[in-house]
Amino acid sequence: MEVTEAVAIDHGLKKEEFSKICELLKRIPNLTELAIFSAMWNEHCSYKSSRKHLKKMHTKGKQVIQGPGENAGIIDIGDDDAIVFKIESHNHPSFIEPYQGAATGVGGIMRDVFTMGARPIANLNSIHFGSPQHKKTRNLLRGVVKGIGGYGNCIGVPTIAGQTTFDESYNGNILVNAMTLGLVNKNKIFYSKAAGLNKPVIYVGSKTGRDGIHGASMASATFDDKIEEKKPTVQVGDPFTEKLLLEACLELMADNSIIAIQDMGAAGLTSSSVEMASKGNLGIELNLSEVPCREEKMTPYEIMLSESQERMLIVLEKGKEEHAKKIFDKWNLDFAVIGRTTDTKKIELIFDYKKVAEIPINLLAENAPIYDRPWKKTKLPQKLKFDKDEFKSIKLSDSLKKILSNSNISDKKWIWDQYDHTVMGDTIQKPGGDAGVVRVHGTNKAIAASVDSSALYCFSHPLTGGKQIVCESYRNLISVGAKPIAITNCLNFGNPEKEKNMGEFVECVEGITEASKYLDFPVVSGNVSFYNETKDKGIKPTPTIGGVGLISDYQQMLTMDFKTEGNLVYVIGKTDGHLDQSIFARELLNEKKGPPPTVNLFNEKNIGETILDLSRKNLIVSCHDVSLGGILTAVSKMCIKGKRGIKINSLKGLTNKYEYFFGEDQARYIVEIPEASLKKVKEILNKYSVHFDELGTVNGQSIAYKDDINLSIEELADAHKYWLKKYMDS
Amino acid sequence: MRSSVIIFPGSNCDRDMDVALKKFGFKNQMVWHNDQSIPKSDLIVLPGGFSYGDYLRCGSIASKSKIIKSVIDFANSGGLVLGICNGFQILTETGLLNGILQQNKFLNFICSNVFIKVKDKQNKYFRDLKKDILELHIAHNEGNYFCSDDELKLLEDNNQIAVTYCGEDGAENEATNPNGAIKNIAGIFNKNKNVLGMMPHPERMIDKYLSGEDGSLFFKNILDNFK
Repeated sequence: MEVTEAVAIDHGLKKEEFSKICELLKRIPNLTELAIFSAMWNEHCSYKSSRKHLKKMHTKGKQVIQGPGENAGIIDIGDDDAIVFKIESHNHPSFIEPYQGAATGVGGIMRDVFTMGARPIANLNSIHFGSPQHKKTRNLLRGVVKGIGGYGNCIGVPTIAGQTTFDESYNGNILVNAMTLGLVNKNKIFYSKAAGLNKPVIYVGSKTGRDGIHGASMASATFDDKIEEKKPTVQVGDPFTEKLLLEACLELMADNSIIAIQDMGAAGLTSSSVEMASKGNLGIELNLSEVPCREEKMTPYEIMLSESQERMLIVLEKGKEEHAKKIFDKWNLDFAVIGRTTDTKKIELIFDYKKVAEIPINLLAENAPIYDRPWKKTKLPQKLKFDKDEFKSIKLSDSLKKILSNSNISDKKWIWDQYDHTVMGDTIQKPGGDAGVVRVHGTNKAIAASVDSSALYCFSHPLTGGKQIVCESYRNLISVGAKPIAITNCLNFGNPEKEKNMGEFVECVEGITEASKYLDFPVVSGNVSFYNETKDKGIKPTPTIGGVGLISDYQQMLTMDFKTEGNLVYVIGKTDGHLDQSIFARELLNEKKGPPPTVNLFNEKNIGETILDLSRKNLIVSCHDVSLGGILTAVSKMCIKGKRGIKINSLKGLTNKYEYFFGEDQARYIVEIPEASLKKVKEILNKYSVHFDELGTVNGQSIAYKDDINLSIEELADAHKYWLKKYMDS
Repeated sequence: MRSSVIIFPGSNCDRDMDVALKKFGFKNQMVWHNDQSIPKSDLIVLPGGFSYGDYLRCGSIASKSKIIKSVIDFANSGGLVLGICNGFQILTETGLLNGILQQNKFLNFICSNVFIKVKDKQNKYFRDLKKDILELHIAHNEGNYFCSDDELKLLEDNNQIAVTYCGEDGAENEATNPNGAIKNIAGIFNKNKNVLGMMPHPERMIDKYLSGEDGSLFFKNILDNFK
């Protein structure tokens, strides 16, 4: 086939990009070369729209071993232990084929982690669907949950936490973000940077098929009516092979045979070989006839673009081939020497004894286009003036029940019951808490992790939303007694070629950066997913933050369930009663305007450190952060989990009970304090100058507040626990 | 007491089982599926997971693996063989245990704490166990035990039903049956009661920071009975 501009455009390249390729090569590329350019220059692999802004992120910290730019980020947790983690999107494929899309998302992120020498110890996911009323939602949700479970359960890595939301902006573009954490000895980390000349390049894992060709390009475009036709671009997962690959790689990593290793993810063999060579400033020569193929007569074009799963590329020390092969034979996996490193700084492909492609590496990596796309600032919306007389017709207890059964607040047990969350025997906080917690096997340490996003806040005001989401992650970790260490982010946005969407991206990133800098909560890895748009309708900006924290003695972990009758319940942090953008405003007033709650980073940090201090001194016995739905929602969850009620005090100086109970002000926690600790707790709160309210006392089997609320725990639980199950069964 | 845990490709509870056995004082060793023989053991454990991917019927390929003949010989000579979850599925596929494990009634994988009632204590696993109801954990997609009426009658007549799903109070009914298993069966013995297969995972419940610690009672009891 002759390569023309039209062919290039078919490959997702822009007209200008094709001219640039010809100019750089000083000739017209052949079809295989064009395919390689299209794979490396698409948005998904090149970050061409986002790179300029990502550079500004706060990525350094005392405990950061590896920041963005590798397969995953790495943090130091002491005693030579390090945690490798990353979150990644698999949005486009999951909409087209929910089971395989979600499953291979989980598989891909786990490979990113074990490529670095780490054994995966926990999975998390953040999944977002269209309106519950939309005809596709139920099936997409079912498929995605089955896909995530099908893969993670088979590998035997516990899924310890997650987030699920519904919003009509995801009707045509669901989001599936998967996160994995792995444990590695910090002296035995493996990187993707090739080194040394004439070193054998090894292909291991599954055979290469025709699945997933153009997957990365598909993920770099918006959807139209013909998305069904894109099904063949979705890869098919095989968790069993991945489990074997995991064990075989870790076995080979036990000695010093590997120089560099990289998984074949998006854009398969193309991106893995180019990245390894590029990082090592080397050339690479691949003999494609040696690549194990599962289908007959595959062309170099297909081999280079296939996104078949469960494959790895390794640069090995010379002479270690036999040793390595033995290990892969033991695990029944393909093993082939397919090339070598060279000093040409080019990627050269041989097929059938002929050279079929030759491209200088720097043209694919450094010379990839970078765009400074125009963007528009989002103005902070005017604060709403609620008609408080209107509130009077709303009963507090009815509002509470309605909010607890809201699709975005209700219990998600139907989902996480389908994920194995206890395998590996170290899960000490299951899904459903503020964060999942797993022990670092054989030690007193535990790792807490949480995934969060607030699309409504980010849509209303991206800068504030970006900050808020980092703070929310910070609070969730502190609520389980963990010291927040670092984050990974998955930036899900619409079409970057539109000024509004690009602006949302730029300002969310700015917000994330500001908060993560202030809280010393650096970003160590992440990914960007643009073009979440169908027929001109984009998603609400949805940056997802995956936060990781350390509990140095797991016996000090906190949970949210109320523990003991008679204990005191305090709200730590000040409540101003911000109702704009709250669930209360949406559900009971049908009001969607207004700004998100203000984020005060000083308060977040100061109050967060106060809570940590209280928990380290064993002065509080349960803790929960106040977020969506406000104080009353948070307290209800603590009651339901602990199967204990609360008697709420008549609060002095309360201006408006709706604002107080349902306002979504930031930097607040609810804690349970034994009477005996009270004096010390108050001393510490005063020392940090932290505002607190004496909310009530753990009492009986109902939640009671004056004459306004008297709901039994059972009633609360009914409202909270069954929405999703009923929805899925209906 | 010496134990051996068999690792099949795709096993994923092998390490957890190893940790649990060693914690309570078993001298445990791991045995690879391609080995011909098993080192001298007093107990052989087939752990949970997805042996060979379970792409065919669960446990069926493992039941034809190289090591399995040694397991069958060991069982037939009276040795203790314990199959947990996928291990239980493998044991039914080998024929050492009757019946089959079908997909869960509600067609979903289920990971949850359950209560099980010990139905028979005249055996080396549960003799003198201090509790009759244990809280354990299940995590499976195919745990719905089924067998023919004749087989069920034999199981009942010989007291081969080992454990059943129940409520905290011991009630065995549809509400306390997580997967649709016939007669709430969670685990069964062979005729001589040296082979036990069960879906719940005792190895995941071995200290108070986990979902519970009733698994500890299970392992300690096997050791106590061996002494």
